[in-house]
This record gives sequence, structure tokens and C-alpha cells, in this order.
Amino acid sequence: MSQSLEAVSLECVRGDRRLFSDVGFALEPGELLHVTGRNGSGKTTLLRMVCGLVRPQTGMVCWGGKPVSTLGDEFFRQLTFVGHLNAIKDELTGRENLMVEAALRGNPVSESQAASALSRMGLKGHDRLPAKVLSQGQRRRTALARLLLADTPLWVLDEPFVALDVHAVETLQHAIAEHVAADGMVVLTTHQEVPIKAGRKRTLHMGGSGTGVAA
Amino acid sequence: MFAVTGMVRRDVILAMRRRADVLTTLFFFVIVAALFPLGIGPEMATLRIMGPGVLWVAALLASMLSLGRMFAADYADGTLEQMLVLPQPLSLLVLGKVVAHWLGSGLPLVLLSPVLGLQYGLAPDVLKVLVISLLLGTPVLSLIGAIGAALTLGLRGGGVLVALLVLPLYVPVLIFGAGAVEAHSSGLGGEGHLSLLGAFLLMALALSPWAAATALRISLD
Repeated sequence: MSQSLEAVSLECVRGDRRLFSDVGFALEPGELLHVTGRNGSGKTTLLRMVCGLVRPQTGMVCWGGKPVSTLGDEFFRQLTFVGHLNAIKDELTGRENLMVEAALRGNPVSESQAASALSRMGLKGHDRLPAKVLSQGQRRRTALARLLLADTPLWVLDEPFVALDVHAVETLQHAIAEHVAADGMVVLTTHQEVPIKAGRKRTLHMGGSGTGVAA
Repeated sequence: MFAVTGMVRRDVILAMRRRADVLTTLFFFVIVAALFPLGIGPEMATLRIMGPGVLWVAALLASMLSLGRMFAADYADGTLEQMLVLPQPLSLLVLGKVVAHWLGSGLPLVLLSPVLGLQYGLAPDVLKVLVISLLLGTPVLSLIGAIGAALTLGLRGGGVLVALLVLPLYVPVLIFGAGAVEAHSSGLGGEGHLSLLGAFLLMALALSPWAAATALRISLD
């Protein structure tokens, strides 16, 4: 199956308000899509739509030419999503969080793999502490360490740089660039000007009154 | 299959690190069951008749009390969202969560019920039927409760709403659960009631994870 992500004329209506309409883009391996737009323009909703968490009113998201709503698990196997929420359990340590999640995915990681992913994110020495004692930035790093363990072609990242310090931002930029260079795909939103030396970079601007066009 | 076992393991570990939650359910059950003899008086004949019904209602309320926890924490910290994008059938993950919920809220009640049954002067063979009926019935309560918990996820005042949604559905389980004990002690034999409870359990096992999974997808849309 050829790997490509395509969104065709997506529309989202919340209540009686149209959040966006006629949003479309296409993403090939080795490309990065930067979704921009002001607060409330529907960036997060668009990303959740790409992941299949929100159903579009019209239009569809396709993976390899097939709608993701019919692909189901086959699509989820290709996807790593880091959302607005960190999705880490306070009671578990950093290592346990990564291992539990990987085991549920169906490709378990060893404790040393989890530890090395966390130390690459700069959490060496903190990976045996329960997540509830970590700072906001450290929790974000734990959530992002998931990316280093994932071997999925598509990454969907919602504001990944929030709460990170300069050093962690650099590490993440590096990881994203590496992933794109290895023919991966990344869809991300961020308000920070983050120069990522990616192979090809596309920008999708979510306009105020609703339309977005991929450039 | 590892979707179920992995989920059970995760939730059991979490429950063990948050023991207070499990203990509150248990204490609630003990206190409600202990209040009735105090309120009604020490008339042994009355207590013996009321015992099974009171214990069953207490178990039902205790199990409902813990329903809110089934998905709420995962919803708040975003792990539920991640579960929806895992390459695993969501209904199996939900089944794992329900099993873990029962291990933390149903099984302790079953184990404790004979001790509380003694308060009501129940005979040993009646206690045996009571334990079997709770063993078959409490998993049904968790399974049905999962649907209610999933539907009310993220709603304000969800706790009361869960009670309104779920309690009517608990009625058949209560009737046949308490009925089994009653039938046994009156000499009719409780096997028929227990078989029906078993049938409820199988039906709930087949349908409720699927229904709860669908409700979760709607709640998170």
C-alpha cells in the first residue's frame, strides 16, 4: 500500500457554528505539514479529525487512497498521536508509562529501551519517579518520548513545543527532522517559529471565517 | 487477547497505587450493610428475611458508587484519547477496563459478603448461595455500568445521571440475585435464578463492551 495522507474538503460544524469548511491537503512520505492559524480556528479539531477521533461533517481523510474510517486498525498502526493532553498516568513512572502504552499497541519495548528514549528527551535520572512529581515540561517530554519509540510513518503532533525548554525544543526538532528525512510524515501545529530542516515543508493556514488551503 | 490482559494489568497496578478508591467502595458496602440491623432492631427472624435483599442492594449501590471512576481519570489525562487511536479493538480494551473495575470493586464485596451475612443470621448453606449469586451478579453490574459511565463521560453532574441511567437496568440482576437466596432458604432451590444470572452475565459480556466502546467514541467526538 502506498503511504500517503490526503484530506478532501473537510468541514466541521460544532453546534450551529461552522468551525471550518473546505479544508484539504495532501501529504507524501518525507513531507511535513505545518498547520497555522489563530486561536480557535480549528487546528486541534483538524488534527483530531486526521486521527479519526472526530468525524467530519463532509469530506474525508484518506490513507493510501482509502478512507481512514473504513481502514480502522490498519490506519491506527501507522499513526502516533501526541495530543493537547499528555496522556501519561500520574501514578506510573516515566518508564512504566512508555512500556504500558507500547504493550497495549502490540509492540512491547524493554525497560532499557524506554529508559534510553527518556534520557534522549533529557529525563535521565527522573525516569523512575511517578509522573505526578514531574514538572509540566518534564511530563510533556515523557509524552514526546513516545515518538522516539514509535516506528509509525505518520506523526500527528498538537502543539508539541508547549512547556518545553530551549534544549528540549532542539531535541524534538532534531527528532522530527530525522523522521521526515527517513520518509516519515509529520502533521503539527505550533505557534512558535520553529525552523525544522525538513525535506519538504507545507503550510496549511486555517483562515478566520473558515477556509484553509494547503500551499 | 493481550489488549484485554494488558489493560487489566495496567488498571490493577493503578488501583493498587490508589488504594483509597478501592477502600471507600468497600467501606461503603460494610457501613450500609451494618446500618440496617441497627435501624431495624435485633429481631433475628426479620433480619433473616431481609438479609439477602439488603446485602444485594448495598452491593448494587457500592458498585454504582465506583462507576464514575471507570473512565473519568483516563478521560481527564488524555489516555482515553490514546486508547481510541490504538490499533486494537476498542471493545476489548473496554472489556479489560471492566474486568479490572470488577476486580477492584466487585470481587472484594463478594469476598466480604459472608461475613456481613452472619450479621443477619444467615445459615452457612444460604451464605453459599449468596456468594455464588454475587459472584455471578456483580460482573453484570460492572458491565452494564460501563455503558452508563461511557455515555455520561465529561458531562456536568454525570454521577447522578449515571445512577438514573443504570439503576433501572440493575433491577433484573437484583431480582434474580436476591431471589436466588430467598428461593434457596424457602426450600425451592435457587438453581433456576442462578442459571438466569449466568445467562445475564454471558449476554452482558457479549454486548456491553461493544456498546460502551461506541458510547466512548461518541463522548470523545
